[in-house]
Amino acid sequence: MFRKVKSPLFYINIFFEEMGEVGLLIFRTFKNLFKKPWEKGIFIQQLEEVGVRSLPVVLLTAAFGGLVFALQTYVGFHRYIGPGSETYGGPIISLGLSKELIPILVGLMVAGRVGSAMAAEIGTMKITEQIDALFSLGADPIRYLVVPRTLACFIMLPCLTVFGDIVGIAAGFFYNVVLMGVNRVLYVRNILLYMELWDVFSGLIKAAVFGIIIALIGCWQGLKTEGGAEGVGRATTRTVVIASVLILIVNFLLSKALPANL
Amino acid sequence: MIRIVDLHKSFGGNKVLRGVNLQLRRGETLAVIGQSGCGKSVLLKHIIGLLKPDKGKVYVDGEDITLLNDEELHKITRRFGMLFQGTALFDSMTVGQNVSFGLERYTDHSKEKIHELVRENLAKVGLRGVEHLMPFELSGGMRKRVGLARAIAYSPDIILYDEPSTGIDPIRADAINDLIIRMGKEMKVSELIITHDMVSAYKVADKIAMLYEGKIIEIGTPEEIKNSKNPIVQQFIHGKAEGPIENW
Repeated sequence: MFRKVKSPLFYINIFFEEMGEVGLLIFRTFKNLFKKPWEKGIFIQQLEEVGVRSLPVVLLTAAFGGLVFALQTYVGFHRYIGPGSETYGGPIISLGLSKELIPILVGLMVAGRVGSAMAAEIGTMKITEQIDALFSLGADPIRYLVVPRTLACFIMLPCLTVFGDIVGIAAGFFYNVVLMGVNRVLYVRNILLYMELWDVFSGLIKAAVFGIIIALIGCWQGLKTEGGAEGVGRATTRTVVIASVLILIVNFLLSKALPANL
Repeated sequence: MIRIVDLHKSFGGNKVLRGVNLQLRRGETLAVIGQSGCGKSVLLKHIIGLLKPDKGKVYVDGEDITLLNDEELHKITRRFGMLFQGTALFDSMTVGQNVSFGLERYTDHSKEKIHELVRENLAKVGLRGVEHLMPFELSGGMRKRVGLARAIAYSPDIILYDEPSTGIDPIRADAINDLIIRMGKEMKVSELIITHDMVSAYKVADKIAMLYEGKIIEIGTPEEIKNSKNPIVQQFIHGKAEGPIENW
């Protein structure tokens, strides 16, 4: 009825074993990045899967993220600084969205939508011997499965973030200017005055790193799937949990490491 | 052609192979029989390089493949065709794409030539006009045949079959046996078949080897196996619950 509690040494052992697996996967992925043949077909298919098909969910999360951020900054300025100061909400909303909120939201959404799908697809291939079949037919599973997915996520996450930035900032503008009647000219002028291109770029760097994390975790969990349908379910859950937690941790570390402005 | 010497493999504490010695000669059809879970598929995966042994050697034409890296191994696997137990067809690809997969990687043929070879190999296994279908649209027997067409498409000189008759009815299983015999005769390939189906083993094999408790305990022609004095072999080939082999 009760599971026997294992010693801490057991969990430390598992932790280092898994770190080793991920390290090896990263090494093999980067080694295969420059080797021919390139799997162009799979790469283009993954660009569509990761990028185009994620647009609706990014549109919704960015729009409502922007709206709620705008709502709170409007309340803050109006209540504590006074009527008229709400025009300074523009740069705060734009900065917060492009540097922090949108890359994180995009990362979490893609981890849930794409990372889990990668783990499920590769995991199913593993338990039905399709990965062995790939190898026997002359295709390196890392080059065929992991490299195109990692490259696609690395490229598409920043693209989705640019799209999310535009939608989020537009939603903030809509709430403040259209709904709450904040001065349009001053609102836009303050954004242009205080916002720097680096603010957007630093968000894009984060998004690219999140993309690599999502693809590698999804592929790693897929490739180590064991035990039938239950194993596939476990792999997808673990992918979403590990990738989401890593995104939040790495986001903090990058926010600390990247300079505030150039 | 293939020589396996003192092959050992364990998974965790479970010793699956405990010193397998086996030889497959050119043009020969060898069936490896044994209980479910005795390590037959593990043995097959060592031959194609999917698993590395804990100890022992696998020679293909004198070259020890256990020492090769993945890229060197792919030059050897070019010579193998493998029919997997559950067929392992790529479920995101059509039948045509499945059969052409090895051709695209192992040969320099033009697209037209590949299309032609796909049709030709599907016809060899008795399938026509199915190139556009997805694997889930096929019956179990058809999937086996597509798996076989994929394995022979790039003209390998060794074909490995993992439980070719499992999961299909006796009539379709017999049709697959006929195909295996025809492949051996027409293409003059060496064949290694993993099975626990004695009807199939007697029909297709030149030699039969029995794997038991991680070792080959008997090897001989189908006639010699039928007349074996070994009680373990006799219990297995007659499918009796009573005898030296533990049931559970």
